[in-house]
Amino acid sequence: MATVEFPMENTMTVQSNGKATKNKLSMVVFSGDMDKIMAALIIATGAAASGMEVTMFFTFWGLKMIQKPGTMTGKGLFGRMLGVMNRGGLDAIGPSRLNMGGMGRWMFKLMMKQKGVATLPELYDMAVELGVKMLPCQMSMDVMEIDPMLFRDNVEPPVGVAAFLEEATESKMTLFI
Amino acid sequence: MSSQTATIVLDLKGLLCPMPIVKMAKAIKEVEIGDTIEAYATDPGVMADMPAWCRTTGNELVTLEKLDKQFHFVVRRLK
Repeated sequence: MATVEFPMENTMTVQSNGKATKNKLSMVVFSGDMDKIMAALIIATGAAASGMEVTMFFTFWGLKMIQKPGTMTGKGLFGRMLGVMNRGGLDAIGPSRLNMGGMGRWMFKLMMKQKGVATLPELYDMAVELGVKMLPCQMSMDVMEIDPMLFRDNVEPPVGVAAFLEEATESKMTLFI
Repeated sequence: MSSQTATIVLDLKGLLCPMPIVKMAKAIKEVEIGDTIEAYATDPGVMADMPAWCRTTGNELVTLEKLDKQFHFVVRRLK
């Protein structure tokens, strides 16, 4: 069967089922690890800088990234324990491997600084400036007892899976990190 | 080289991914269509990233060259 080549412009706007999609990236940020968050933020800022609309949906450990630094989460005993053992904010999260009680985080930050890589707070501010939309997941906020007031100011009100799926359906690219 | 004609000259030296394209995306909004931006970078990643960014955003990469220890390129805003 002969293959038909479409010009770039057409493949960007129409899916195989004929449904139109936006030039948009939707991301589920599940991980709260420093290295994975860094990947998520770099892709988000890069996509926004390339003219894409970007939505990040934060669930479970990913919520740690959008928490204001120095804030404590949890209401009951388990919730508070979770808040203490797993601090939020971009400076408190550690790498997914070799964290070694914070030593890994310190080492990575130092190495990144030496090489001149943008820090997580810098990347975050850049994403906000470029108009990246950030949505927290209501269900995991309830489970982990996280108050929406503890999120950074740019974060939108909490949503559920249907809201993410709506965003994802009209996107031409979706990622789970 | 083309410093006389470029509208903005960007210094991207010392910046690593994704900052070169982020700065370029910001700068391109500040010039008129048809104008050029000249930039210098030290990250070897721009050799692949800048052409890719130009293709996805529909702008023209006029030149891209490796100088001694840095990379020099010119981008023209097309839309």
